Amino acid sequence: MAVKRERFWPGVLALILALALSAQPLPDWAQVWRPDWIALVMIYLAIHSPRQFILGSALLVGLLLDALYGTPLGQYALSLIICCYPALKLHLRLMLVPIWQTTLSAVLFTALYQFMLFWCNGATGNDPGAASYLAPLLSNAIVWPLVLAALDRLRLGPRTKS
Amino acid sequence: MRTFIAAVVCVAAMLTDQRTSWGEQPRAILMSMVYPLQLATETPARLLDWSQDSTRSRADLARENARLKRERLLADARLQQLNAISAENERLRAMLDARPRVGNDVRVAQILSVDNDPFRHRIVINKGADDGVFQRQALVDATGVVGQVVDVGKLNANVMLISDPGHAIQVEVVRNGLRTVAFGAGEFDRLEIRFLPNNADIQVGDLLVTTSLGGDYPAGYPVGEIISVEQRPRQAFAQVVASPAAALTRMREVLLLTPDTPADGTTDGG
Repeated sequence: MAVKRERFWPGVLALILALALSAQPLPDWAQVWRPDWIALVMIYLAIHSPRQFILGSALLVGLLLDALYGTPLGQYALSLIICCYPALKLHLRLMLVPIWQTTLSAVLFTALYQFMLFWCNGATGNDPGAASYLAPLLSNAIVWPLVLAALDRLRLGPRTKS
Repeated sequence: MRTFIAAVVCVAAMLTDQRTSWGEQPRAILMSMVYPLQLATETPARLLDWSQDSTRSRADLARENARLKRERLLADARLQQLNAISAENERLRAMLDARPRVGNDVRVAQILSVDNDPFRHRIVINKGADDGVFQRQALVDATGVVGQVVDVGKLNANVMLISDPGHAIQVEVVRNGLRTVAFGAGEFDRLEIRFLPNNADIQVGDLLVTTSLGGDYPAGYPVGEIISVEQRPRQAFAQVVASPAAALTRMREVLLLTPDTPADGTTDGG
C-alpha cells in the first residue's frame, strides 16, 4: 500500500485551515460550541499519517495557538501532545474500525485535550469555567465525520475510495 | 518516551513563561507568525463592512454627515472650555511648584478580532513593537478605559480587557476621592469592586476614574459607573458592581496611550 512517499502538504494545508477556523470570530453564543478544529485535524493526521512528525507538528501548532490565544506558551502544545499520543499509539486499529467508533475515540481524545486545557488554566491561575469545556465535545462529534471526509479527499485525491 | 519528553518541555515552557519574562521573545516571533492568519480571518468582516459602506444611500450618508458635524461642534465647544481649564490648571500647579501635567500622546489602533477563548477577554490590535507598543501600555476608547497590552508581537499585540477575570485596575471615586480596585468579572458589562467595607461611602451612579497609583494607567480616565451597591451586614465587604464606561463589545478602534513622560525633561505633547 505504501508504495509512494506520502505527500505532506495536505496535512500542512489542513492545519493552516484549522488555525484559521480557530481564529475566526464567532457570535458570543456560538463561541462555547466552537469545535476543536486543530485537535481534530491532529488526531486525523496521527491516525492516518503517523510517520510525519506528529509530535513535532503538535508542538509547533500548539505554540502557535498559544500565541493566538495569549495563553502561557506551552498550554495548547501540551494539550495537543497529550491528545495525539493515544491516537498515535492506536492508529493501526483506528484506521480500520467503522466511522462511529472513530468518532467515539476522537471525542474521547478531545475530552483529554479539553481536560488538559482545563487543568492548565487552573494551574496557571486563570479562572476555569467548568461546564463549557464539555460543549465543544458535542460539536466535535458532529464535525468529525466531515473532517474525516474532507481530509481523506484532500490526502487521497477525489477518485480513491477508502 | 518522546511524548513524555515533549510534554515535560511544554510544562517547563509554561512555567517559565508564567513566572519569568523569558517567554516574550519567542512569543513575539510566534505572534508575528500568526499575524497573517489573523488578517485573513478578518477579511470577510472587512469585506462586509466595505460593501455596506459602498452601497449606502446618499441620504444616509448626508444624515450621518450632519450628525457628525453636530457632534463635532459640541465637542469643539467643550474643548474650548477644556483649554481654558487646562491653562488655569497649569497656572495653579505652577503656583504649587508642581510639575505641569503632560497630555498623553495617543495612537489609533484597529481591533483585529475578538479573542475566541470565552473565558478570557482578550483582543488583538494591529499595532505592535514596530509602532512603539510596549507591555502594560494602556488603551482607551472614546468613552473610557479599555484595557492594557499583555503580549507584544512585531506587528500585532494582545490586549487584556478590563473585564477579563484576571484583570484588576486601581480606581478612584470622582465624588469623594475614595480609592479602590475594580476587578474584571468575565462579563463585558460588569466590573466588581470586591474589597469595600460595608460602611464605605459609595452609591449607585458614582463615577470611577483611573488613578496614577497602580502605575499602569494614566490618571483621570473614566473606568465605569457604579450600578449596584449591596450592603452585606454579615460579611466583611459590600458587594459593589460597576458597568464599564468603554463600549467593550462594540468598538472597532482603540487609542493607545503613551504615559506621562517621567521627570527627566523630555516632555512631549502638552
